[in-house]
Amino acid sequence: MSEESNIDIYRRRFMSGTATAAAGLAVAPGVMLTEVARAKPAEQAVTSDVRWGMLIDTNMCNEGCDDCVTACNEEHNLEGFGRPTTDAQWIRKVTLKDKQTGNVQTLPMLCLHCEHPPCVDVCPTGASFKREDGIVLVDSHICIGCRYCMMACPYKARSFIHEQLQDQMPYSPRGKGTVESCTFCVHRVDRDILPACVVACTEENHNAMTFGDMNDPGSEISQQLKQYSSRQVRADLELNTGVRYRGI
Amino acid sequence: MKDIVFKEIDGGKPFYMLLGFIGIFVLAALGAAWYMEHNGHWVTGMNNQIVWGTPHVFAVFLIVAASGALNVASISSVFQKTAYKPLARLSGLLAIALLVGGLAVLVLDLGRPDRLIVAMTYYNFKSIFAWNIILYIGFMGVVAIYLWMMMERKMNSFTRVAGFSAFVWRLILTTGTGSIFGFLVARQAYDTAILAPMFIIMSFAFGLAIFILVLMGIYKWSDRPLGDSILFRLKNLLGVFIGAVLYFVLTYHLTNLYITQNHGVERFILMDGGIYTQLFWIVQILLGSLLPLALLYHPSTGKSRGWIGIASLLVIIGGLAQMYVIIIGGQAYPLEIFPGKEVVSSFADGVVGSYTPSLPEVILGIGGIAVALAATFVGVRVLRFLPSTLADDAVDPHYSAKQASA
Repeated sequence: MSEESNIDIYRRRFMSGTATAAAGLAVAPGVMLTEVARAKPAEQAVTSDVRWGMLIDTNMCNEGCDDCVTACNEEHNLEGFGRPTTDAQWIRKVTLKDKQTGNVQTLPMLCLHCEHPPCVDVCPTGASFKREDGIVLVDSHICIGCRYCMMACPYKARSFIHEQLQDQMPYSPRGKGTVESCTFCVHRVDRDILPACVVACTEENHNAMTFGDMNDPGSEISQQLKQYSSRQVRADLELNTGVRYRGI
Repeated sequence: MKDIVFKEIDGGKPFYMLLGFIGIFVLAALGAAWYMEHNGHWVTGMNNQIVWGTPHVFAVFLIVAASGALNVASISSVFQKTAYKPLARLSGLLAIALLVGGLAVLVLDLGRPDRLIVAMTYYNFKSIFAWNIILYIGFMGVVAIYLWMMMERKMNSFTRVAGFSAFVWRLILTTGTGSIFGFLVARQAYDTAILAPMFIIMSFAFGLAIFILVLMGIYKWSDRPLGDSILFRLKNLLGVFIGAVLYFVLTYHLTNLYITQNHGVERFILMDGGIYTQLFWIVQILLGSLLPLALLYHPSTGKSRGWIGIASLLVIIGGLAQMYVIIIGGQAYPLEIFPGKEVVSSFADGVVGSYTPSLPEVILGIGGIAVALAATFVGVRVLRFLPSTLADDAVDPHYSAKQASA
């Protein structure tokens, strides 16, 4: 087969792939961050004009449903080794029972993307960092695996990679001996696509998760936060979390 | 008081056999580290709940003891107690050796020890851990200069300045080490300023206990006289330090017991924490503090070298237990993410973290002690760290007066 016809095949595959993706997006409402309309060129740096945040309505979160967890695991290929104490978990379902009243609630816990993240404060090399738009990430290339950030995080949001990983996603680089956590699906958000967990929750019509720009007064998340009472987990620490909860 | 003559210890076959014996532990530790790095940390007892395990217990203990080992030199140079002057060189050497041992364990337990150069070239100055890296390296430099001032006759006049710098540096260093835990706002067992001074006083006790054992060991090994006068001074000082550590432990727990939101963690450590409770009461308090106090001050055991040695060993064992309770017990108690709620999840929320030390972790930790001892023994073999005699009439300025009045 000639080189030219090879290119034709690639081109055809690419075109059909794009068309499928476009069709998928058209029928899946809530996938795009349409309200933001801030699509910026890739070379342009993120700014603090945007503060990405998430509002989780625990009243809408069903006990027994873990669609957000499954979606995250698939998106980032967080396949475990069947070892619950050492496998990574970026998002987990937590069930709460009030010790006094017996009231039971369930909610997803993930990295809360604090404005003042303790993990970033304590990291000796600066591998833990916060983007201007509020997303807290780990630079896998300069993480030395000291785990001090895991000692410091009040939410147990981070996992240490305890063994060799295979079949990683190109947009989610991970490595044995380093620490990682929820990235707010930064690879999607930068392309104006909602995080995988939010899409999964919305697709199932649970609508417990709202994602958006907390700095934009017109965004859905800002309007909901303004209209309804919400809480930060461990608000006493005054970390100004990017993830907030209704109903707790 | 006669002039002090410093001499290297003799070499020969027994010395190299001793070094070879210690070398076995160092090699075993390197093998253990390679095994853990090669497979990943899942082969250790550590997990996503207990992220710092036995290697950290040994590493932090050695680093804390390192600064404490310098105390004897500080008493001599900073506080001008001439009786301690003959011991000052060994004190400095032991301080560097213990720090090297502790750092070796710490680095080999990193997820990416191959990125050590990253740790030394990328600094986040808001991180107390980053400051500690600078403080550790600086400590070795400052103490090395201090040793040089002491050992080079032409430089002797700078000894006091160098000794004072090293003293201040070691106080800052241990403040930094304690603050690694003290600055952790999220965990109930930490998040308190008292950990910084408590680590300093712990360093006094651990460092001096190691110093006494090493001193007695080397002098017996090399057949050099070691008088009661200097040894009894040291053991009395050790007793004071043990009492001071107890005071800080008491204050720490009393404060937490007063504050309702810390009742959970206190109940865990003091009453139903299983292994952590046992380690606290039986090993740290009873065997590691009260028993050595009694041994050191009892009229008969307090005058026995054997018992002084055992008391020092007990302080070291108690110190390791204390580190275990602070570091691992502090992590095992679940994070209070939702106060007032019972929490259940797939990520061990709300339950006591499970941790059993694995053999490679223990071997790596012991390897740190081996590195420190090997460095010390090589040091006293090749350089003039030790006085040829520490007999009473050679070191005690008041000895002849005492004899005359007796």
